[in-house]
Amino acid sequence: MSAFSNRNFDRRTALRAALGLAAAGGLAACGGNTGRSGSGGGAGLTQYFHAYGEAGTEQAIKRYAKAYKETNVTTQWITGSNFESKLFASLLTDKAPDCFEFHPQLQMIESGQVADLTDLIDPVKDDFNQADIQSHTVDGKIYGIRMIDDPQFFFYRKSMFEKAGVEVPQTLEELAEAAAKLTTSKVKGAYLGNTLHSMVNPLIWSAGAQHLDEKNQIAYHTDAVVDGFKQLRKLFTSGDLLLDAPTDFWDPSALNQGLTAMQWCGMWAMPQMQEALGDDLGIFPFPKVGSAGKQSVYNGGWSMFVNAKGKNVDETKEYVKWLWIDQKDYQEDWALSYGFHIPPRTSIAESADKLKSGLPAEGVKLFNEFGHFDNIGWTQASITALEDVLANSVRKGGDPDKELTKADAKVNKELKKLFG
Amino acid sequence: MSTITKDGVSSPAPALASPAKPRRGLRGSPTFNFWLFTGPFLIGLAIFVYLPILWSLYLSFFEARFTVTPSEFIGLDNYVTMLTDEDFIGSLGTFTVFAALIVPLTWATSLGLALMVNRLRFMRAFFRSVFFLPTAVSYVAASLIWKMSIFNGVRFGLANTFLGIFGIDNTAWLASPDPPWYWLLIVTVRLWLQAGFYMILFIAALQNIPQEMYEAASIDGAKPGWQTFWHITLPQLRATSTAVILLLLVAAYQGFDEFFNLLNKTTWGRPPLVELYYKALGESQDYGAGSAGALILTVLICLVTLLQGKIMGFGRGEESK
Repeated sequence: MSAFSNRNFDRRTALRAALGLAAAGGLAACGGNTGRSGSGGGAGLTQYFHAYGEAGTEQAIKRYAKAYKETNVTTQWITGSNFESKLFASLLTDKAPDCFEFHPQLQMIESGQVADLTDLIDPVKDDFNQADIQSHTVDGKIYGIRMIDDPQFFFYRKSMFEKAGVEVPQTLEELAEAAAKLTTSKVKGAYLGNTLHSMVNPLIWSAGAQHLDEKNQIAYHTDAVVDGFKQLRKLFTSGDLLLDAPTDFWDPSALNQGLTAMQWCGMWAMPQMQEALGDDLGIFPFPKVGSAGKQSVYNGGWSMFVNAKGKNVDETKEYVKWLWIDQKDYQEDWALSYGFHIPPRTSIAESADKLKSGLPAEGVKLFNEFGHFDNIGWTQASITALEDVLANSVRKGGDPDKELTKADAKVNKELKKLFG
Repeated sequence: MSTITKDGVSSPAPALASPAKPRRGLRGSPTFNFWLFTGPFLIGLAIFVYLPILWSLYLSFFEARFTVTPSEFIGLDNYVTMLTDEDFIGSLGTFTVFAALIVPLTWATSLGLALMVNRLRFMRAFFRSVFFLPTAVSYVAASLIWKMSIFNGVRFGLANTFLGIFGIDNTAWLASPDPPWYWLLIVTVRLWLQAGFYMILFIAALQNIPQEMYEAASIDGAKPGWQTFWHITLPQLRATSTAVILLLLVAAYQGFDEFFNLLNKTTWGRPPLVELYYKALGESQDYGAGSAGALILTVLICLVTLLQGKIMGFGRGEESK
């Protein structure tokens, strides 16, 4: 018989045990990395970031957070390709971040998930790229602070173009022809990413269409867009496209390793490409689709939002203001020391020497000339609906017009929820 | 206790002054012990299983987008939405194909491995461990190895390198559903991961078959090999086979990790859980529709499992004892 069984198990013992467990639990909680305690004082804040590909970014974000003296700020660096899902799910729980990076989307404002940051931005509003301000504004209120602008375009190997006698394509048809000429036994003509999802937005703009019109009604379903999907299907099945690469479009490895002659990617990867390829590198925007189209560049990027349902909204707003409004050194470091991003603050962008010459300057020029920004009314459900169109019509071989009609129903349902 | 009288009739013994009874604490109470041991489990079950199911049932009757505490009651709309959704219905087709491929293939492979390993006279433990080891690998890690190293579409992928020896061009294994090469990856990765586990179950069952049966069969003229396997081994493995197939079927229903990681954001090759994730619980965050879909799926799994148990006679052997 064990020693334990000889003990009298009475109420007092039970109470003592329970108190002991409670105390132990309390101590354990103090020792945990909850981001809610520590020497910094204040409530302790948590911020979410998706995992950037450029080396040093995670350390940079943690360094900025550590420099904030008012309270402890814990960073969650979320790896994997489903940052959106993890963020949305966590926002419904007690473990929701106090602030997080994301893109401006109306449903987050409608559901009261993000706080109004107008009072923070108003004093410096004129120093921001006005398109960024507009893309974060609803009914005169600004709901997020843009941290970086990320133009996306085609990067290409100049030497391979010269060898194949190929000019920079001006139309989608020319792009397909160029890809065919550039394809060899070891190198594919073009790489548009494994899912091709990043093609959706530029395809719409290059076909002279928009996602939504001024009345927030569907404006993407045009003949030119349908034709664009058909041309992409032709390119997809031509054998001239790199498919199933180990890394996706946002990573420059396919171009750097000589697997493709041109790759759709973002300006963030420019330093890595220049390091690997030197001057053998050029860029061009998404070519126009159809006679009425115009070349386009997707101006992606990330913005900082404050969780309106968080426990420390005011403290979080103070932190966000400190980092993304006041600390211009950190903002410049974040935009230019790791990958290349365009700072949304005009004063920083204009003084950034790294963006004044060579390929980065060309990137900025394309950004200004052909750039399109996110529409805040184009939310995740609508994004997914058009990604499905691409999957079904380009990768699966369905009829783009029918697929767009199916998407129209989903998008209209979403628009009805958002705008009534 | 009684006393004997002269006429042999016993009478009740006089009551003795009862000694002071030891106080019966809670420790002595069977009821207390029952709750002590089952209580934590039941609390866990209630919090982590029954409560979520009930909450899910509640959510399924509400418009619950971006919230788990909804206020807009919409009746059966979410159920109608899910039951008329061609993608959700299509996901059941994907599951059917998957189950039709993976269940018999894993059953046959694990049984084959068990028979081989069981016959080994040396290094049996080594081979048993080798085949069992993949069970310890996570589905996510295995899927990424399959996708990025073995079956990537570039010239230095392992599969393409091998095919290149025979002059076959690089294949993009996951890019398109036509041809549906993705099934090769989906099925092989799960087969590799789970065959070892079911092999162990079969080895245990094989070792329970009395050697005398084989000896008796041999005396009766049964030839070793196929004849013995067909008439003795396989019938003796009936109960284990039934359990293995049941487990494989339930596991197939729960297929998520390899589909999610290998077929990132495709519109095909989505089994029910992946479809529900994308449609309701992922970026769309429609907890109402997701809950309705999950409950439909739960009912379906219960029905299929009961039907399968009925057809294969699960537990029939126990009843006959």
